[in-house]
Amino acid sequence: MPDDNDTLLDVRDLKTHFFTDEGVVKAVDGVNLSLKRGQTLCVVGESGCGKSVTARSILRIVPAPGRIVSGEISFRGRHGDRIDLARMNPRGRDIRNIRGREISMIFQEPMSSLSPVHTIGSQLMEAILLHLPVSKGEARKRAVSLLDLVGIPRASEQLDAYSFELSGGMRQRAMIAIALACEPQLLIADEPTTALDVTTQANILDLIRELQEDSGMSVLFITHDLSVVAEIADEVVVMYLGRDVESGDVDTIFHNPKHPYTRALLQSIPRYDSLAGERLYSLKGTVPHPFSRPAGCPFHPRCDDVIAGQCNTNDPQRYSISAGHSVRCLLYAAEENRSVVDTPA
Amino acid sequence: MTGQPIQSPDDAQFEPSAAERRVVVANQWQLIWWKFRKHRLAMLAGLVTLFLYAVALLAEFFAPYSSGTYSAAHTHMPPPQIHLFQHADAGPRFYPHVKGFKVQVDPDSYKRTYVVDETVAYPIGLFVRGEEYELWGLFTLDLHLIGAAEYGDPVYLLGTDRLGRDVLSRTIYGTRVSMSVGLVGVGLSLLLGVILGGISGYYGGLIDNLIQRAIEILRSLPTIPLWMGLSAAIPLTWPPVRVYFAITVLLSLIGWTALAREVRGRFLSLKTEDFVIAARLDGVRELQIILRHMAPSMTSHIIASVTLAIPGMILAETALSFLGIGLRPPVVSWGVLLQEAQNVRSIATAPWLLFPGIAVVTAVLAMNFLGDGLRDAADPYQA
Amino acid sequence: MDFEINPPSESSRPLLEVRNLHMRFPIKRGMFRRTVGFVKAVNDVSFSIRLGETLSLVGESGCGKTTTGRCIVRVYSPSAGSIQYQADEGESVDLAQLDSRALRPYRRQIRMIFQDPFSSLNPRLPILQIVGESLKVHGIASGSELEDRVALLLERVGLRPEYIRRYPHAFSGGERQRIGIARALALNPKLIVADEAVSALDVSVQAQILNLMQDLQEEFNLTYLFIAHDLSVVEHISHRVAVMYVGKIVELASTDALFSKPLHPYTEALLSAVPKPDPRLRNSGARIRLEGEVADPSNPPSGCYFHPRCPYAQDRCRHEEPAAREIRHDHWVACHFAEELELRGFEAIGSSPRMGQAR
Repeated sequence: MPDDNDTLLDVRDLKTHFFTDEGVVKAVDGVNLSLKRGQTLCVVGESGCGKSVTARSILRIVPAPGRIVSGEISFRGRHGDRIDLARMNPRGRDIRNIRGREISMIFQEPMSSLSPVHTIGSQLMEAILLHLPVSKGEARKRAVSLLDLVGIPRASEQLDAYSFELSGGMRQRAMIAIALACEPQLLIADEPTTALDVTTQANILDLIRELQEDSGMSVLFITHDLSVVAEIADEVVVMYLGRDVESGDVDTIFHNPKHPYTRALLQSIPRYDSLAGERLYSLKGTVPHPFSRPAGCPFHPRCDDVIAGQCNTNDPQRYSISAGHSVRCLLYAAEENRSVVDTPA
Repeated sequence: MTGQPIQSPDDAQFEPSAAERRVVVANQWQLIWWKFRKHRLAMLAGLVTLFLYAVALLAEFFAPYSSGTYSAAHTHMPPPQIHLFQHADAGPRFYPHVKGFKVQVDPDSYKRTYVVDETVAYPIGLFVRGEEYELWGLFTLDLHLIGAAEYGDPVYLLGTDRLGRDVLSRTIYGTRVSMSVGLVGVGLSLLLGVILGGISGYYGGLIDNLIQRAIEILRSLPTIPLWMGLSAAIPLTWPPVRVYFAITVLLSLIGWTALAREVRGRFLSLKTEDFVIAARLDGVRELQIILRHMAPSMTSHIIASVTLAIPGMILAETALSFLGIGLRPPVVSWGVLLQEAQNVRSIATAPWLLFPGIAVVTAVLAMNFLGDGLRDAADPYQA
Repeated sequence: MDFEINPPSESSRPLLEVRNLHMRFPIKRGMFRRTVGFVKAVNDVSFSIRLGETLSLVGESGCGKTTTGRCIVRVYSPSAGSIQYQADEGESVDLAQLDSRALRPYRRQIRMIFQDPFSSLNPRLPILQIVGESLKVHGIASGSELEDRVALLLERVGLRPEYIRRYPHAFSGGERQRIGIARALALNPKLIVADEAVSALDVSVQAQILNLMQDLQEEFNLTYLFIAHDLSVVEHISHRVAVMYVGKIVELASTDALFSKPLHPYTEALLSAVPKPDPRLRNSGARIRLEGEVADPSNPPSGCYFHPRCPYAQDRCRHEEPAAREIRHDHWVACHFAEELELRGFEAIGSSPRMGQAR
């Protein structure tokens, strides 16, 4: 396992299952990801692939009846110490000191994560006072400068505004300001632009990128939109049914994708250069119900390149294609000199 | 490219299992039942409620005596201890019985006290022969669920009141009136609520405005003084049955407002639901839209609210009768029975008279839990 | 596979002609619900839809595109304007004027697909009832004939015919959208208003539905009014595109013309904001950042509604509302300076290697 100082977050074989009355939903079933300082890692996948649960597992805010059953979430703290978030008590003091201070999160629907009965300013100041040893006056000053930083006009006035008085884009900015209040090392953004219009989305993406350049924080960006990934990611993890099926840097994922699922996703995007009347490539079938996960490779029933007798029985491991590029697909198992990325058995 | 097959999303691999096959064709009532079944407390409460209504229906059978049977020799008798075994020479044998009581009179105060008489044992049993009664005016029977094994023995399992009437029997008869007041009252509320709420929600505008203001005014009236005033206006000369209906009408006069609001709210939100708009675009006529598309979405919610409204009715009837302005003897309801336990003296000397209160608490709790469970299950389509 | 469809030429007769459509929603306040103002959701909109084409209405949330669609299928009664529909025998009716009884025959020909595949299917009815509702209501089929027809419809949209007994909760979002399409197809419609029909779907499912819609268009010579906010989807499926901003159409042109040579500054900004699915094109053209917020449709700005955010706004824009003009052939725009401005189109992404195909 690489333990260089650059790696801020290293998730190994994370499994988060939901124990419902009807059975166990393996929402996350073996996810690996690694995020370096100052970089943006996009976790991309379709609904139900477990990308949001992965993000919530890192902050230990998985809703009941879900819980982490195995795996490691290794996070490098401010003082260079490595801590395993997966071992922490989700209601304990340790994880609370991480949340908001070291790792912040922004959500798809800012309206539901902002309180309607408190002003933006008071929520912002609360976040500051909770983690930083400053006076109320200093907190207020800091709050104004934060709103200014995220591009909210007339920041000192908007401090006294309520969330419902702001537009969707402004709300998301306020949410980002709160998330940045304590200069976290890692920002987890869970579909932050999905509910926004395209022009607003572009502005928010720009904002996140600029803030990252200034502060050097890392961003874990959860999205279903491949165009957004192309716009913002350094590294990409593609997820399908709770697994990372392919990971690599953004150029590799878009221009040299290996996993049939990644390729299918990319080919399904409507493209500008398509000919008139041309049909899009479309994956067959639908994502299976979480209770009936296919045996072997979970993607095999929908895969065009399926190897009969293998894909439906053998669970693929992560095979390394090149440095930093790995893929969970049996197509790449047979090739020579292919090393298995260390995945705990 | 006419006729070229389109890539079909279903493959053999995605065939549902047997359990799933059951789910995919399940209608709303099956789904509601499956969801409700998971709610243990509500299931238990449902059984208790069913039992209470069974008792109400078959009060004559459940009660050892009729509601009017009295014994001047056994007034304010305390509940006896039930012995399951008799100690005979050959060891204990199963012989459920109660001991007799002897009356002792204090020579100074003339106060009567009951002392257990160890020499007398009255056997008790299940499915015993006792007083004759007519069930629903159809059959003449003399079978009772529980009572003295030998007809005529003074067995009063929960004691007697000041006239020597069996408290257990009277509480069981009270179940009939109290539980049915809730049901009839809610039935009337439902009728008013659905009609007025439906009109309000469907037409909107001025009518909606008028009905909503009327509801607000009705709800702002203090209920107890209103009921007191109205029930005081019921002539004393009315026969008990007519008083009973007057009281249920009174109760539902207030009760319908909550239901009307529920119905109106559902109507308003359903009216703009996409599937209702889709039905309209299909060319479905308005009445059909209401009956086929909107009403089924509401019924489960209405059933849940109705279940939650019944305990309120039961409590209101109990309160009114307890205050002496509701039902009056000889009608037997829990409230009427509790009237007996109104003063401190009778509670101190005969605390068993409070037993109908336990019945009230049981009924209200059971129906509340049941209603909660139904409400949670009412929309099985939400995760 | 290469399907060549001939984009309907402009000479083909319009199936639907919308003229000066207005839709105002009253804003009511206070105890007595007095009307204190109006939200001008659709404000003087005119366009026509040609037989067999796909016309897209695009714009950001609140621009009035959905309301326009709902006026055409007459979920709403327009406040003013006309919607001329070419019925079969060459006669033309104004849908805006018809009452619900007179509308009934046209409800068969103009159908709608909804955005939300969950709320648009009644969860309490089996698929047979949902898809067959219109057939039954219009007295076309009943009993076993209805079952057969619904089964055929399901097959046509790529679902198994035996699904007719199932309830909507048994289906995924994409399958539900197929059911919604089957419902729209049931009466052999001519015009389908697809309101954000693929917006709620995942990208792979979205591709399935878009393909299905294109196949059906060819097979049944359908005309689509495609309402969407996703410009890459719109670019893929439409013959012509109308861009809306605060209740007005600001630009209307053929898809190619609009994407490669936009004439309205708002269109340009919209196009520049679309993220491109290729990391190599990141920052390939400076993005136009729009300042401020979308105008309030109950209190729009003076002159051109876009002027407070327009980087090219001049004095004239503040005072004078621009009329829609046909600047180029079949390219309409509502901007005073459309001729002078040199606006940039969608960058030629086609130059980058096609993605997802390398192995």
